Amino acid sequence: MEKKSFMKKLTGSREALLAVILVLLFVVITIISPSFLTFKSLTDMLKNNAVTMVMSLGMLCVMLVGGIDISIMSTLALTGMSIGMLLKYDHISSTFLAFVIALAIGIACGFLVGLVISRADVPPIIATMGFMYIYRAMGYLVSHNGEWASAAALGKFKDFATTKFLGMSLVIWVIIFCYAVFFVFMKWTTLGRRIYAVGSNPSAAEVSGINVKNIKLLVYTIMGLLAGLGGALQVSIYASAMPDMQQGGEMDVIAACVIGGVSMSGGRGTVLGALLGSLILATIAKALPLIPFFDQLWLNTIKGVIILVVVVVNIVLQRTADKNALKGREM
Amino acid sequence: MNKKIVSAVLCGAMILGSAVPAMAGTADGKKIALVGKSAGNAFFEIAAASFVETAEAEGATVDTVYPEAATADAQIKVLDNLISQDYDAICISANDVNALQAKLQEAMDEGIKISCFDSATNPDSRQIFINQAGTVAVGQALLDAVLDIAGGEGQFAILSATSQAANQNAWIDAMKNIMESDDTYANLELVEVAYGDDEPQKSTDQTAALLEKYPDLKVICAPTTVGIAAAAKYLQDNGSACKLTGLGLPSEMLEYTGADDEHSCPYFYLWDMQGLGKLSALTTIALVNEDITGALDETFTAGDLGDYTITEADDGGTEVVLGAPLQFNPDNIEEMAKLY
Repeated sequence: MEKKSFMKKLTGSREALLAVILVLLFVVITIISPSFLTFKSLTDMLKNNAVTMVMSLGMLCVMLVGGIDISIMSTLALTGMSIGMLLKYDHISSTFLAFVIALAIGIACGFLVGLVISRADVPPIIATMGFMYIYRAMGYLVSHNGEWASAAALGKFKDFATTKFLGMSLVIWVIIFCYAVFFVFMKWTTLGRRIYAVGSNPSAAEVSGINVKNIKLLVYTIMGLLAGLGGALQVSIYASAMPDMQQGGEMDVIAACVIGGVSMSGGRGTVLGALLGSLILATIAKALPLIPFFDQLWLNTIKGVIILVVVVVNIVLQRTADKNALKGREM
Repeated sequence: MNKKIVSAVLCGAMILGSAVPAMAGTADGKKIALVGKSAGNAFFEIAAASFVETAEAEGATVDTVYPEAATADAQIKVLDNLISQDYDAICISANDVNALQAKLQEAMDEGIKISCFDSATNPDSRQIFINQAGTVAVGQALLDAVLDIAGGEGQFAILSATSQAANQNAWIDAMKNIMESDDTYANLELVEVAYGDDEPQKSTDQTAALLEKYPDLKVICAPTTVGIAAAAKYLQDNGSACKLTGLGLPSEMLEYTGADDEHSCPYFYLWDMQGLGKLSALTTIALVNEDITGALDETFTAGDLGDYTITEADDGGTEVVLGAPLQFNPDNIEEMAKLY
């Protein structure tokens, strides 16, 4: 019991470190550009990074079972494009229905990915690479070879992102809702704990009666669901659906998780970590264009360096934490 | 009233349009291949459709071929196939400036006429390039728009695609050169060129940053379709006093274009993709019929588009330039949004 609480403190402190990094970033940026720390600027930032933030939760689940999913932005493009075209050609007009359809397509996409990975035992990176091409191509097919569904064609749907509730865009409420649900789900439900169990030791989980295959199927389906939600959010926020949207964006989602301390080999990572990771990434993206000293060409380089530094600090800290934990056991 | 005029003009255009092929058929039995960059570019397909329609009206058959991927390698495979099939001409939008040279020269040695449009190869790989709009003409149009919208003076910024995008950089350089050499623009100050990488998310961040850094910014000029749409959305949602112009797609900009404060973009530009397809078809047919060889200063008549003279291109080769870019404003955007 004592050991466990010790471990808990350490993992807690890792997230505390991330929070410190985030605060430091905030301070530095506010010194450079005072307008950064205003309510509008911060809510703008959340809104502009909603897709990455929401999808980080799915990636957290996938990475917890030792998997990875690089097909997510193709799923996003397919779902976003599908509802975009449905709205454009007046097949549907209800915002609610558009969201339901996006979620349903997302779930179907994720379920299929999960089936291939859990039942056919295809390595996740290979399976999702295949689906990355398939879903992206389907996105293009749905779009009649590259048509856009633009602001004028989206009718009321685009108002979702500009509608405010208690001073904040509905998009931000969606983020808050998702994080709240996942915080409870991962921490206090049997299913959530099973995901951790499968990730930290699949054979032990199997022996203790957990259906590992179904858990794997579940996490990819959750990822698909969130990718579908991401698709709907993307289309609403930017008031346009393009078949090439978010190409390469899966790396941002994975980076957010990795920065947040989610282990690539499974079993380790928290909702709070994913939140802090995606917030750090969002802050970097928002802040870099504000920094006057750098040529814009350097932005991506700086982004890469910051990601690496944060991850390295994280890994070093993890190692010390592991060592300390072992020490505790020896004693 | 207005509608009547529009429909009268349209009727006139239709009569002209139908009259030309009836009289002509200058390319009976000729085979032309149209090679795109890759499948799935709606914008390119507008030009391609217009190309096919024009060439078929002249009696030629056109096969539109897309490579498997948007790479030079994939286009080389396509060209290999085409060369063995006795085409009279190949009109290509190139994925690479130099990589297709060997194949295209092989084709020219076989007597196949080579024209480029949309995206040019180097001068040695082609007989002529059909240019949508001269670099300087685009720069001039954009700068004039900035001057007009800013009210003659003040700060403006450019929101481009990627920092390596050749087209965008050429236009931006043209704008800078014009500003330096012409006193008309002396009171304009270009504060920054920002890059949104043609991603809505990054373009939004960049637009927000520009507004935060330069509170007095009057105009943002975004010579890229994704950038202009993202910036338009951000400026409009925030009711910003900063206005927008640039190069964009009418259907994507419909919601943001208007002369009042409710809209973020008074007007913007793009070339006429239909016109480009048409001119490309007629130029290619002129090559096939040996009315022109693609040499400097030759002239020819491109149907109802009028007379064109072959001029020197920026890369040292020859080109025909379609004309100045088209302006999209509150008066024509609804019509145009149906096309693009």
